[in-house]
Amino acid sequence: MIIAIASGKGGTGKTTVATSLVACLAGCDQSVAYVDCDVEAPNGHLFLHPSITSETETTRLVPQVDQNMCMHCEACVDSCHFNAIACLPKGTFVYEELCHSCGACALACPAGVITELPRPMGVIRVGNAGKASFVSGTLNVGVSVSTSVVHAAKSAVPKADWTLLDAPPGTSCPMIETVKGCDYVLLVAEPTPFGLHDLRLAIDVAKSMNLKCGVVVNRAQTEMAETRELCLCANVPILAEIPDDIAVAQAYSQGRLVIDAVPGLRQIFEGLALRLSDEIHPAGDTAGKLRSALAAKTDTMRPTLLNNLRSST
Amino acid sequence: MSDNSSVFELTVLSGKGGTGKTSVTASLAALASNPILADCDVDASNLELVLDPQLQRREDFTGGMQARIDPGLCAACGKCKTLCRFDAILFDGPGNARTSRTYRVDPPSCEGCGVCATYCPRDAISLGPVKGGEWFISDTRFGPLVHARLQPGLGNSGKLTTLVREQARKIAQKTGHKFILVDGPPGVGCPVIASLTGTTRILAVTEPTPSGAHDLERVLELAGHFQIPAWVCVNKYDLNAGVTAQIEQRAAELGATIAGRIPYDKSVTEAQRQGRPVVELEASPAGQAIVQLWKTLLPHLPEQSSI
Repeated sequence: MIIAIASGKGGTGKTTVATSLVACLAGCDQSVAYVDCDVEAPNGHLFLHPSITSETETTRLVPQVDQNMCMHCEACVDSCHFNAIACLPKGTFVYEELCHSCGACALACPAGVITELPRPMGVIRVGNAGKASFVSGTLNVGVSVSTSVVHAAKSAVPKADWTLLDAPPGTSCPMIETVKGCDYVLLVAEPTPFGLHDLRLAIDVAKSMNLKCGVVVNRAQTEMAETRELCLCANVPILAEIPDDIAVAQAYSQGRLVIDAVPGLRQIFEGLALRLSDEIHPAGDTAGKLRSALAAKTDTMRPTLLNNLRSST
Repeated sequence: MSDNSSVFELTVLSGKGGTGKTSVTASLAALASNPILADCDVDASNLELVLDPQLQRREDFTGGMQARIDPGLCAACGKCKTLCRFDAILFDGPGNARTSRTYRVDPPSCEGCGVCATYCPRDAISLGPVKGGEWFISDTRFGPLVHARLQPGLGNSGKLTTLVREQARKIAQKTGHKFILVDGPPGVGCPVIASLTGTTRILAVTEPTPSGAHDLERVLELAGHFQIPAWVCVNKYDLNAGVTAQIEQRAAELGATIAGRIPYDKSVTEAQRQGRPVVELEASPAGQAIVQLWKTLLPHLPEQSSI
């Protein structure tokens, strides 16, 4: 199952939810992979502390014109819809930051003097965080177009029962690239006016792409009438609520996984994982494996609990 | 009227999302004299939620071009799919007399490069403009606001960001006012670069977390790349005083000036609920800290009197 963790508004807790969900699933011996698709501001590694086994540069093709052979016919200029190539008396120049790497100019050049050369865009790191697979994409600073790095990160992930994609904020190209083709979009929402405004936009995007989605409320309050109403009207289920607790914010500020730092949160994340598997494939293998792992866990915990009870009485 | 070169454009950025850019921007707007306001976070614009804008002008934004395959003409040769670099051609269109299935363009994936349309042997593909969103000019209590709404799911946020800034500059030229305050988007990619190029100065708002520190470095690196001086302000600084000190030290090493600290304060959310800038709330520690921040920025800004 491929699940994208997205939000609309930034800073609502995507990385908190994604990293803790990964650790929670790995803790239940599930096969799980984490992919950091927020390539402009990737943060998953700060909490999962992965050991990296491979590092590859991602590139995209940018045209280069052989000035000596160019006939100045301007066919390339006419073919480019992004004004990224200009034919000047001194030569034919490419503006890399405007180029979309579509290849139109090279196809159009009658003299065949445009070659497309790979240019570095970012870095894809692959490794392991405990029992989970870890992949992250990092856009080089100064590079504008981030979608190809997102695409490369998604393509680098090893097969797993659970693939969790940590999405960038917003609702434009890099977010779309992340959620494209996934089985479910888990939206992390914050019950504030800014948070709800942007949640509505993110739900619209998921729906316009025919993707199933659900909500995790972070910094949840007891009274959240507006949040509940919004989700109800949009017919989007609330799968879990993470309480508004300064301990969660402090754990995050120390670079700790919140499920390790705050009592009760591991149970909330186990519940979230169950709800997710039920939402996506209730009768699937992944859901079955998770259910038996959680049942076994409670069984092994039972004697300890009993002992604790005995010793305390 | 004024020449545009003397206009001071202050762009509020962060790298990491949710550090408080919009809350800080709204408060600076309330403190400034005759600011021109621009919300460049065009895919999740929130400044309007706290400035109570009165809409004056609304325009469509033509984002870019998009290809469309005429299912009646498509012969399913697949040339478009071979040439498309964006995986935007799917083989699931309706059938016709020649073929049981035709090719179809996947709108969110199409970048509008036109390669498919140029090389289709049957001329079955046309390229047309798509509505990419809307942009607005509104009046607020503090000054004119240029804002926009990107059609959710569409690209070209950089182009719309540039348009918003251009409109703000036009207003500056027309009114003669010299201070533009820009609420920027998160990240360091296309819309951030579009908000940053040619601006006078940035104010980076961050938070004392590993993510806040990590992403601030990337923003300062980007500002350095474009040779734009930066101020830094740590929001919720008391959440982790140690990390705050580290961030401030690192920011200074990267050439930025530390301009202020804002404490963790629930009245920031309360102000959002009331639809007001937090500096307007009485006895708000965050509001008072932003006033201090403003006093630090003030001597560098044109036309601003002390408060």
